[in-house]
Amino acid sequence: MKTRDLTELAFRNLREAILRNSLTTLGVAVGVASLVAMLSLGVGLQTLASQKLNSSGLFDAVYVTSKRGGMRGGPGGDGDRPRRNDEKSAKSEPVKPLDETARQEFEKLPNVTEAYPQVRFLTEARLNGKSMSIGAIGMPDSSRKTGSFDNIAGKYFSSPTADEAILHSEFAKDLDPQPASLVGKEITLRYAQRQETPPPDTNKPKDIDDELDDMLSGGGGISIVSHDKKLRIVGIIDTDPSIGAGGFGGARIFIPLKTAQEMRPAQGGDVNEFVRASGSAKPTYMALTVRVKNPKNVTQVEDAIKKLGFNTFSLQDATRSLRLVFTVFDLFLGLFGSLALTVASLGIINTLVMAILERRREIGVLKALGATDRDVRSLFFAEAGAMGLLGGIFGVAIGWLIGQALTWGTTIYLKRQDLPGVKISYVPWWLAAGAIAFAVIVSLVAGLYPAARAAKLNPVEALRYE
Amino acid sequence: MTSTTPLIQAQNVSRHYHLGDSTIPAVNDISLEIRPGEFVALLGSSGSGKSTFLNLLAGLDRPTSGAIHVRGRNLAAIDPTELAAYRRDTVGMVFQSFNLLPRMTLAENVELPLRLAEVDRAERAARVQSALEHVRLAARSRHRPAELSGGEQQRGAIARALVNRPSILFADEPTGNLDSVNGEQILQLLREIQSSLGMTIIMVTHERPLAEQFATRIVTLGDGKLKSDTPNASAALQPANATAAPAQSATAEAHQ
Repeated sequence: MKTRDLTELAFRNLREAILRNSLTTLGVAVGVASLVAMLSLGVGLQTLASQKLNSSGLFDAVYVTSKRGGMRGGPGGDGDRPRRNDEKSAKSEPVKPLDETARQEFEKLPNVTEAYPQVRFLTEARLNGKSMSIGAIGMPDSSRKTGSFDNIAGKYFSSPTADEAILHSEFAKDLDPQPASLVGKEITLRYAQRQETPPPDTNKPKDIDDELDDMLSGGGGISIVSHDKKLRIVGIIDTDPSIGAGGFGGARIFIPLKTAQEMRPAQGGDVNEFVRASGSAKPTYMALTVRVKNPKNVTQVEDAIKKLGFNTFSLQDATRSLRLVFTVFDLFLGLFGSLALTVASLGIINTLVMAILERRREIGVLKALGATDRDVRSLFFAEAGAMGLLGGIFGVAIGWLIGQALTWGTTIYLKRQDLPGVKISYVPWWLAAGAIAFAVIVSLVAGLYPAARAAKLNPVEALRYE
Repeated sequence: MTSTTPLIQAQNVSRHYHLGDSTIPAVNDISLEIRPGEFVALLGSSGSGKSTFLNLLAGLDRPTSGAIHVRGRNLAAIDPTELAAYRRDTVGMVFQSFNLLPRMTLAENVELPLRLAEVDRAERAARVQSALEHVRLAARSRHRPAELSGGEQQRGAIARALVNRPSILFADEPTGNLDSVNGEQILQLLREIQSSLGMTIIMVTHERPLAEQFATRIVTLGDGKLKSDTPNASAALQPANATAAPAQSATAEAHQ
């Protein structure tokens, strides 16, 4: 019999005993659904975890500092210690400055997606007549995609150079009991700005101000002055995205990185650099964040940067054990799901064996009309396959719905706890396709015995059956 | 109508059933030759072995011993797939209980052998239509068996048996579930098919008067053995269309 006729007959037969076949198909669907729901939960949780980890920037980032210990020095911090380091390293090799050249060098390394400076500074924020001292940090444009700002109330920065700010909700609450009303308002930041100054003119007679300047600037290169900057508030966020931006959190006001750089706030490194670098006004970075394509590239990139002569820091090992946990988790979820499908396949066997008893006479007629054993076997096989296919499709749909319901329920629960909602169930295309294929295969295997039994029926006996 | 070369040659055919330790010889050493175009009635009481013998000739069952040659091939020796092909291409079957599949319409039932023979879809519809016209059921093609009378169902079953253009038609008590009027009509139809299409018909019946009225040869079985084998000249002389005038035009058309 031709495949098309076979399929037609199979679906017609399924349609005729609609109740029983629907129930059997539903059995398969429930099996597939439980498999899909379990695995989607596993995949979803894993995706969620790796998303959160990736967006946290803790596991796919390498933190680079200069060997001079730039990160250690705060503004006006220890001026002596770096000098000692300098003396030591001067004996071996010159210490490379963590500047734009170095940043570009890092960006060219294999598996590096971006390298950006950490620009963080203390500022006096003023709004609504209130004034508060807080930490500000520049956010790279890539933070738009990493999910750090997913739960923002309001909008993300309109452009990488916009004079805009996003506030942490805690800080916003301090400014205004209704933080949402702050969006659109202007906030003024007063901060220490780094200004490059020409070398001091020694011939010029000094007044007291000049001497003060010299004291502040170290006598060359840069000076630090108080500066005001007005920024428009575009959003309020509950979580701290600055963990992802390459620091370890703590900032309460977030501004575009480029804007932050243009503001030229005095960095800890500046003080060290100008004290040390004999009047050089070339800006250096306190620390750089080097983001890699995949957490597994971290070690390799870290080594490469170390070879270039910088200090590095990363949280590498934590991801590896996390991955192991999830693999085992998935395995168990898959096993439980498969168990349900095994029960469903028993349902298929039962239905088809019953169908053989019931349709004995039909099989006899088919054989009397010239159907070969193969025709009869294929027909039963096709019916099993069709039930598997339909069950698989419905099962994936039901499984997806269960996942949605779980996500929905979890979100409600989290909202009650004042936490942002998360997507805990995720059905990727390979899971959907795989589950349907698995259902068809299981059904075909379940149909093997009934089909063989139907094919072997003796037509005379089958026709005698009432 | 008949020629001398046998179409079917059964040689010492036996079919034994085993029940526990005992062996039941349902068919016991029957030899019979049937020539093309014959209308053979197998007569006998219940348990005489007539249906078993018919099943053997129709390729539904295999003999325990002996040989059945149809067009040079021994049905007892060919493999199951070839036997299925024999049933599909050479043989048409009509049963006492009609055996139309209840879930299919009449047309779909008639189409079934064409599906099994992998006939093209376009050709199928035409052949189904022609077969149904042949048995005067074209108007009922969309009805399911349950919506048809017994006589109509049996005519539908005959259309299904004819649709693959077999050379032999086997009928197992075709009138057994019908009243006398309908039974006579069915036999009239078979007789007319036999004469118009030159088909060989082998029919099992226990109604001797009907057999004598329509069959050209009467073979009697008893206890699994051949009891008598006589030509029936009176039926052979009777015109096929004597009582089947309505079928005439459709038959002539189909025959062309």
